[in-house]
Amino acid sequence: MADLATRTLPLSGFHGGSGAASLSAAAPATRLSLRAKADAVSALSLALGLSLPTRPKTSASGHGRHALWLGPDEWLIIDENGADMMGAVASSGVLHSATDISHRNTAVIVKGRGAEVAVNGGCPQDLSLAVFPVGACSRTVLGKAEVVLLRTAEDTFRVECWRSFAPYVSGLLNEAAEDAGN
Amino acid sequence: MLLIYCPYCEEERSELEFRQAGDAHIARPTNMTEMTDEEFEAFFFLRDNVKGLTYERWRHLNGCGRFFNAARDTVSDKFVTTYKAGLPKPDISALRPATEATVETYEATESNAK
Repeated sequence: MADLATRTLPLSGFHGGSGAASLSAAAPATRLSLRAKADAVSALSLALGLSLPTRPKTSASGHGRHALWLGPDEWLIIDENGADMMGAVASSGVLHSATDISHRNTAVIVKGRGAEVAVNGGCPQDLSLAVFPVGACSRTVLGKAEVVLLRTAEDTFRVECWRSFAPYVSGLLNEAAEDAGN
Repeated sequence: MLLIYCPYCEEERSELEFRQAGDAHIARPTNMTEMTDEEFEAFFFLRDNVKGLTYERWRHLNGCGRFFNAARDTVSDKFVTTYKAGLPKPDISALRPATEATVETYEATESNAK
C-alpha cells in the first residue's frame, strides 16, 4: 500500500471565541489574486460569472463565489465550491494577471453579536453597519498581521489571512472574542 | 492615532495601514548616463528636510496598496491634503486657512492638541 501524504489545513478543526463572538475555521476554498486594468473588467466579470466591483470597499457575491475590491486594479476572488477559477479567467481573452493563492490564505469566521468588537480588538477600522455594511470588504491590519475583512452578514465577518499568520490571527481573535463578552 | 485620507479608498483610515515613502515630485532624470556623479547624488540622495509644509509620497500598504501624495506639516504632523499619484502639487493656500501658522514648537503642538 502506498503511503499517501495527508494534507493538513491551517487551523484544521479550530473552534474558539465566546458566547458573544464564536470563531471557526472557514472551509477550504479556491482563491485568486486578480489584477487588471479597467478595460478588462467586463470580460473578466463575464468569465467569473460575477460583476467585479469597481467602488472602494465593495464586493460581489453569488453561488458561493465572492469578488472583493482590494484596490483600483486588484481583486480577491474566493470560491467556496473549489471551482477552477484560473481556467475561467484564462478563457476571458483579455490582459490580466491572476495568481492562484488558494493555499496561501486561510480564513476565520467570526460570528455573533460581539463580532464587531472581536474584530475591532485588533483592527482600527470603523466596523459599524453604517460605515461597513453587509458586503463591505477591505484589506486592513489585525494587530501585526495583514488581513482581508468581508462582512457576510450583520453579525458575521470572514477574516482572510495568510496561512503562516493563522495561529497569530486566530489567537488574537480568540482573546478579543473573550473580551467581547459571553 | 492619525487618520489619513486615502484618495483611492476615498475614506479616512488609520495611520497603521500606511507607510511613508519619501519625498514626492522628484523627477527622474531622462539623461542619467550623461550625468555627473554630483548631479546624480543631488537627484538620488539629497533631500530638503524642510520644517513646515512638505510634499511626501505615502503608500496605503495594508489597504488598497496604492502610492499617493500628501502635503503634510512636519512640525504639527497634520496632513493638509492628500491627492492621487501623478497629479500636480495642489494649491495649498486655498486649503489651509490664512490664520493657521506653522506651529513652531513641540510644546505648542501639545497644548493645541485636538
